[in-house]
Amino acid sequence: MTTATFSFATIAPALPEIVLLVLAAALLVADLFLRGAPEQRHATYGLTQAALAVVAAVTLGQMGDPSEVTLHGMYVSDLLGQVLKVATVLTVMGTLAMGRQYLQLRGLLTGEFLSLALFGTLGMMVMISAHHFLTLYLGLELMALSQYAMVALERDSARATEAAMKYFVLGALASGLLLYGMSMIYGATGSLELTRVADAVSNGESHAMLGVFGLVFVVSGIAFKLGAAPFHMWIPDVYHGAATPTTLYIGAAPKLAALGFVLRLLAYGLQGMTTDWQQMLVVLAVCSLLVGNVVAIAQSNLKRMLAYSTIAHMGFLALGIIAGDDTGYGAALFYAISYALMTLGSFGAILLLSRAGFEAENIDDFRGLNQKSKWFAFMMLIVMFSLAGIPPTVGFFAKLVVLQAVLDAGYTWLVVLAVLLSVVGAFYYLRIVRLMYMEAPAGEITVDPHPGTQWVLSIAGVLTLVFGILPAPLLNLCVRAIAASM
Amino acid sequence: MFQGYLLSLTIWVPIAFGIAVLAIGNDRAPAPTRWTALVGAVLGFLVCLPLWSGFQPTAEMQFTEMGSWIPRFNVNYHLGVDGISMPLILLNSLMTVLVVIAHWEVVTEKVGQYLAAFLIMSGLINGTFAALDAILFYVFFEAMLIPMFLIIGVWGGPNRVYAAVKFFLYTLLGSLLMLAAFIYLYWQTNGSFEILDFHEVALGFTPQVLIFLAMFMSFAVKVPMWPVHTWLPDAHVEAPTGGSVILAAITLKIGGYGFLRFNLPIAPDASHYLAGFMITLSLIAVVYIGLVALVQADMKKLIAYSSIAHMGFVTLGFFIFTADGMLGGIVQMISHGFISAALFLCVGVLYDRVHSRQIADYGGVANTMPVFAAFFVLFAMANTGLPGTSGFVGEFLVILGTMKVSFWMTFLAATTLITGAAYTLWMIKRVVYGEVGNARVAKLHDVGAREMTFLVILAAAVLALGVYPKPLSDVVNPTIHKLLAHVQQSKVQ
Repeated sequence: MTTATFSFATIAPALPEIVLLVLAAALLVADLFLRGAPEQRHATYGLTQAALAVVAAVTLGQMGDPSEVTLHGMYVSDLLGQVLKVATVLTVMGTLAMGRQYLQLRGLLTGEFLSLALFGTLGMMVMISAHHFLTLYLGLELMALSQYAMVALERDSARATEAAMKYFVLGALASGLLLYGMSMIYGATGSLELTRVADAVSNGESHAMLGVFGLVFVVSGIAFKLGAAPFHMWIPDVYHGAATPTTLYIGAAPKLAALGFVLRLLAYGLQGMTTDWQQMLVVLAVCSLLVGNVVAIAQSNLKRMLAYSTIAHMGFLALGIIAGDDTGYGAALFYAISYALMTLGSFGAILLLSRAGFEAENIDDFRGLNQKSKWFAFMMLIVMFSLAGIPPTVGFFAKLVVLQAVLDAGYTWLVVLAVLLSVVGAFYYLRIVRLMYMEAPAGEITVDPHPGTQWVLSIAGVLTLVFGILPAPLLNLCVRAIAASM
Repeated sequence: MFQGYLLSLTIWVPIAFGIAVLAIGNDRAPAPTRWTALVGAVLGFLVCLPLWSGFQPTAEMQFTEMGSWIPRFNVNYHLGVDGISMPLILLNSLMTVLVVIAHWEVVTEKVGQYLAAFLIMSGLINGTFAALDAILFYVFFEAMLIPMFLIIGVWGGPNRVYAAVKFFLYTLLGSLLMLAAFIYLYWQTNGSFEILDFHEVALGFTPQVLIFLAMFMSFAVKVPMWPVHTWLPDAHVEAPTGGSVILAAITLKIGGYGFLRFNLPIAPDASHYLAGFMITLSLIAVVYIGLVALVQADMKKLIAYSSIAHMGFVTLGFFIFTADGMLGGIVQMISHGFISAALFLCVGVLYDRVHSRQIADYGGVANTMPVFAAFFVLFAMANTGLPGTSGFVGEFLVILGTMKVSFWMTFLAATTLITGAAYTLWMIKRVVYGEVGNARVAKLHDVGAREMTFLVILAAAVLALGVYPKPLSDVVNPTIHKLLAHVQQSKVQ
């Protein structure tokens, strides 16, 4: 091992994380002085968005730099990381912009919430760029702890408190599983650094039995964090219980980070055990597709329905990883980014229809939306068809590339199963479209006049369509990122 | 000047106008919306005409366009038409014009969205027929579901929502399996989604059967063949008139087109192996569904079942592997496009006045609407296959082709001449002839200029195709001969 030297060059690759940490800390301090009058909350909000924009810009500036492992193997900066980080930061920005009005009306738009959101984002970025079991775990916990607190922040709501409790207890259990698995893999390979773990496994220097045991725990932990069945039980309750912007925060960006985590850990670090984890992921994918698609039908609460829809989508994401080659990983990356976009759209619509004292979270609240606002009904239509995987939307191409990779890997039966369950899934997405277009409004429908919600929702909807018609640029980027980083 | 982009124009002109109509749509002053839609539909039809006049009577793909779309997976924006797809594009563009004319005084709610849905769908259907890349085909094929779903579900009859969802899910299930088949073929051709490459690739027998069945699921639902036809009566009955017209005249044809473009050439051995199965299903459609049509009390339902029976003739013609049968099937597709559209429009004319589709609510319409009655009877006769109308040509050719294969098959197929006449004429007798049935019929007024327009156009088409089908068969024949030669060669190595 080289002696520890400090120079700017060694930490330069981690610049986005450093900038975010500094700005988040500064925001915490600044918020103390800005506390009080309502217009000052806008200042905090503006600073938060500015901080995220700066981080996105810094990350974008790094794109094209050669891949580099630094900080003694703890951290990697590569195209995959940059793509995921930019997508994550943009998703968080969209989340905050959409949720602003909702949070403000409920008195949740506080410095605490915003700085937790920033620290959570930092956690996600660390996960994405981790190259070491400890960094992976550190990022994961930073993200998870911020999220637990964000859910719990709505103190007056019994539902939110219950959700936070469930989330925390189960999350801690999953972290325990993950750590236990990592310790076993450490025992088997003698290292925590991913490259050395990878070398040890592929050179046969590891203890095979112990390694597989560790792998089981690691995969379980990951499945919990992704929300893949049968480790999905927390998802519906947390999605339902948390304030909608928090749900959106938990539902969109962390999926990108979790994908980064999976790719680093399984696809890179444990690539020598691909055949082992493939089998485990097959079980997870099949369970998720079944549970997600079938149970979603019975939901009358939109947030719960979207929670089950998430589970189904995570099953699809797992399919891409199961393929176990660059095509599959590229497909999974494309899927995750598309999914984040669609999640912004679907939860954005809930936020759009909510107002002070009213949560538009029941499916029936979308009844007759087309009569009130053609444009937003159309946006929601695009997002719903995209979630169902109907062209010409990005959801179709996401499914297509995943299925293509899985079929190439020889899992024909998985493809057929996924396809059949997609039809089941289409049923409940169609239900929303049906209510919006084919029913008369049940009660009063109001559209949030706040431009932030409207703009982000429109952008998400239009991008869903645009990437569905011209998917090539995004797809190329994903493929390049995987090729450069795996 | 646009020579190289004709097919793109047939796709994108209606879609562009559809978006424009959506943008300017306004229910309080619908006139500009309607005129824009009409201009778009007519323009969409006009850009198709050079396809007909410039078509070379060979089996080659013509008017081809090629552009890279998703280079990573070798997916291309590849368009082209041959003798099978070109007439269908023409038919579709003509129907769009008629649908826009037909809606004029009838649809008053959400006019912009209604017309936009039809225009966009028209472009998508043209894309389906013109696509030479499997993914491009699939995108058009599936995207079409969205406007159709909305048309049935928003402007349809009382049970529209059920019908729309049923239509959507049935079609989706079939097409997703086809998508899996496309991906499989992509790996078999070493990374190509070109439909013409799919035609050439060697395949083992079992894969062929599986591919055939996957695509069968997709196209059989569209045709629709017995027993996956049950969505059609619901969808037809609940759809607004324009929706029924497009469903019957065009979307059903996509199923038939799919068999010719995909099943037969990609899986020739499986096609021969499963021909008996396909013929059986077709004959069941012809005989059994013909009988079902006989007992319908609802005019639209009757025409819907009649459509299924007629489409049974189409698939029968395709799977007996004779030139006559295949030509007959294609002529039948075009002819049925005109006739079913005409019949649905006729029912629409009555429905707009009386607001009932029940046969029992009418009687003696000829007394109050003599001109309309003349047209209605003409189309009904065409539906029964009267010589001199387009309905005769297709059925006769299919029966001729079937005769070369088997007498009993022909016997069963020919029962349609009796049942078809029975259900159609019985309906006509009860609706058009006899004493004036009730007070509402007594108050009917005859068709106006707008309604005359589409009735005359369709009557002219039905008669022209019936008296002189040669221009159509000249276009179709080279493609058929090439296809038959291709299907005779085994792909199993």
